[in-house]
Amino acid sequence: MIAFLLRRLGAMLLLLIVVSFITFSLFHFGPADPASAACGQECTPDRVEQARIALGLDKPFFVQYLTYMSGFIMPRMIGAPGAESACAWPCLGKSFQTNENVTDMIANALPFTLSIAIGAVVLWTIAGVGLGLLAAMRKGKAADRIIVGGASVGVSLPIPVTGLVLLLVFVGILHVLPFTSNSINSPFGAAGPWAWVLNYLLPWLAIAILFSAQYIRVTRSNMIETFNEDFMRTARAKGLARRSIVFKHGVRAGITPVVTMLGMDIGGLLGGAVLTEQIFSVPGLGFTAVHAATSGDLPVTMAITMLAAFFIIVASVVVDLVYAAIDPRVRIN
Amino acid sequence: MSTAATATAPPEGAPKLVTGRSLLGTAWMRIRRSKIAMVSLAIVILMVLFALLAPVLTAIEGQNPDATNTGPDVLDAFENPGLPLPGYMFPSAEHWLGVEPGLGRDLFARLAYGAQVSLIIALLSTIVSVILGTVLGAAAGYFGGKIDSVISRLIDLFLAFPHLLLVLSIAPILQSRLKDSPLAQGSFVPITSLVVVLGFFGWAYLARIVRGQVLSIREQEYIEAARSFGTSHLSMILKQIIPNVAGVVLVYATMMIPTNITAEAALSFLGVGVKDPTPSWGQMLNAAQQGNWYLNDPWFLAVPSIALIITVLAFNLLGDAVRDALDPKSSRN
Repeated sequence: MIAFLLRRLGAMLLLLIVVSFITFSLFHFGPADPASAACGQECTPDRVEQARIALGLDKPFFVQYLTYMSGFIMPRMIGAPGAESACAWPCLGKSFQTNENVTDMIANALPFTLSIAIGAVVLWTIAGVGLGLLAAMRKGKAADRIIVGGASVGVSLPIPVTGLVLLLVFVGILHVLPFTSNSINSPFGAAGPWAWVLNYLLPWLAIAILFSAQYIRVTRSNMIETFNEDFMRTARAKGLARRSIVFKHGVRAGITPVVTMLGMDIGGLLGGAVLTEQIFSVPGLGFTAVHAATSGDLPVTMAITMLAAFFIIVASVVVDLVYAAIDPRVRIN
Repeated sequence: MSTAATATAPPEGAPKLVTGRSLLGTAWMRIRRSKIAMVSLAIVILMVLFALLAPVLTAIEGQNPDATNTGPDVLDAFENPGLPLPGYMFPSAEHWLGVEPGLGRDLFARLAYGAQVSLIIALLSTIVSVILGTVLGAAAGYFGGKIDSVISRLIDLFLAFPHLLLVLSIAPILQSRLKDSPLAQGSFVPITSLVVVLGFFGWAYLARIVRGQVLSIREQEYIEAARSFGTSHLSMILKQIIPNVAGVVLVYATMMIPTNITAEAALSFLGVGVKDPTPSWGQMLNAAQQGNWYLNDPWFLAVPSIALIITVLAFNLLGDAVRDALDPKSSRN
């Protein structure tokens, strides 16, 4: 167990370093000139050169990369020689646009993304797994057909469309919910849990509608497969109660692919619900990333991409561990 | 195996041989039996025709996608400046789908030319991903050893990257580089940049599937037989391996097209893909959100949304049908 963990952690660290190197070089060799972007509109060549030195862009590529990576181990100084400012550990650089510390920007944005992720995950897991299980148990009947049909349509709904339609109906026409960006000023809602739910309900739904449709399909097909297995027949032959057959034997064995999917999706979502945050103007990681990408703010883009990759890689390790815990047939070694 | 059945025609005059149907032949027969599949196929064909015939259709309508109509008889000048007056907001004989708010351009013409852009991007990026995924996956599975471990690590790496975030950050970089190329005319830059980023970051999953298939094909007797004839590696991969993974590749390609249609819509919606004045369905969604037009002109949001949902749904249902037809085990029993 410990050997397994150490091996996975080692591989994880290696993968992260490779990801950081590739991301860094992709952005480094991109044609965007961060120095003139940071310097502003009316900028003489002299000033651009100064900005270049201040941002450390005059140094060779490898020096820049190693300097950047050193921020993960210790604090470093950023800026032109003589005019440096400290960047505390863990240092992810400073925004080319606002000169803000990227670590602080991420610390501010992450809670908003978490807020969206928590509600969306709870909604889509309950709806997706619940309806998928129901469809599998009523296979071929009316309920199954309706659920399967709904899921087929659900997976075809792009998030921009769902999000804008939700805003149009609930905010524009019915006026029953607040426009998220007007009322969000703290990630977890200082105005209490009820205000938090009302604020985030539409972003949650925008994500949950698409994801629950996918979970319905995966849950249903896995459960149907499991229901046909020999051990299920044995359980039925033993005369166990239907409830015990379905939940104790069936779900425990058939749910593992759903758990894998859930883990990977949570990992992916923590890196920023890009579209949803943009539609509802929630200042989370995805929203910050879109603005950084369109304005050539490399340190911010770089940091969010790496953080998102980190979440995805961690999720894959966690999924393996959870897998072994719920499926009695899986052993870690 | 699939090629063997169709390769030899019975000699003249000989009694008719009973030959098995090829894999794709059987699949086509099953697809033809499914009503949903045939309706989806018809919709897909109609959408492609709609895109191809955009110049003809708009000529019949007598409009073009770039002509603005900002006169006071078309757009409101007082209460909601820029909002089309009722006679122009909705379908009419003059403007089949009404006009856009703001610039008063013809919506039908933009939808038709937008279909061209959206479908071309989805199709070409799918082709890029399919070629990369099939070739790399087949090479990994066929050669094994060092080549396999290099390609497999590459697949892990690509799957660990936060897909949307990376594509989102690279698209603007690529676009500003392409802008200086001599080919940069019309919609070349947005189309090429999206095809490259979506194609280049979309192959890993398919490669993993193909690799798994090839690993099992490699052990079959006919491969051993071909090897005993001294077949070269290249001809082995092209003539023996690839035809036998064609089914799986076809399934994933059909499913990748709607994913890429949605991805184009997402990126253009975020403002990093296709940009005004070039129309695409994602660009139209972006335009509907700009300045909150969709709140006062829901029709403007409905037009690209309905086109997107119908097309994505038709491709998804067709993909399901192709999968069920090629793999009887996975049928929706």
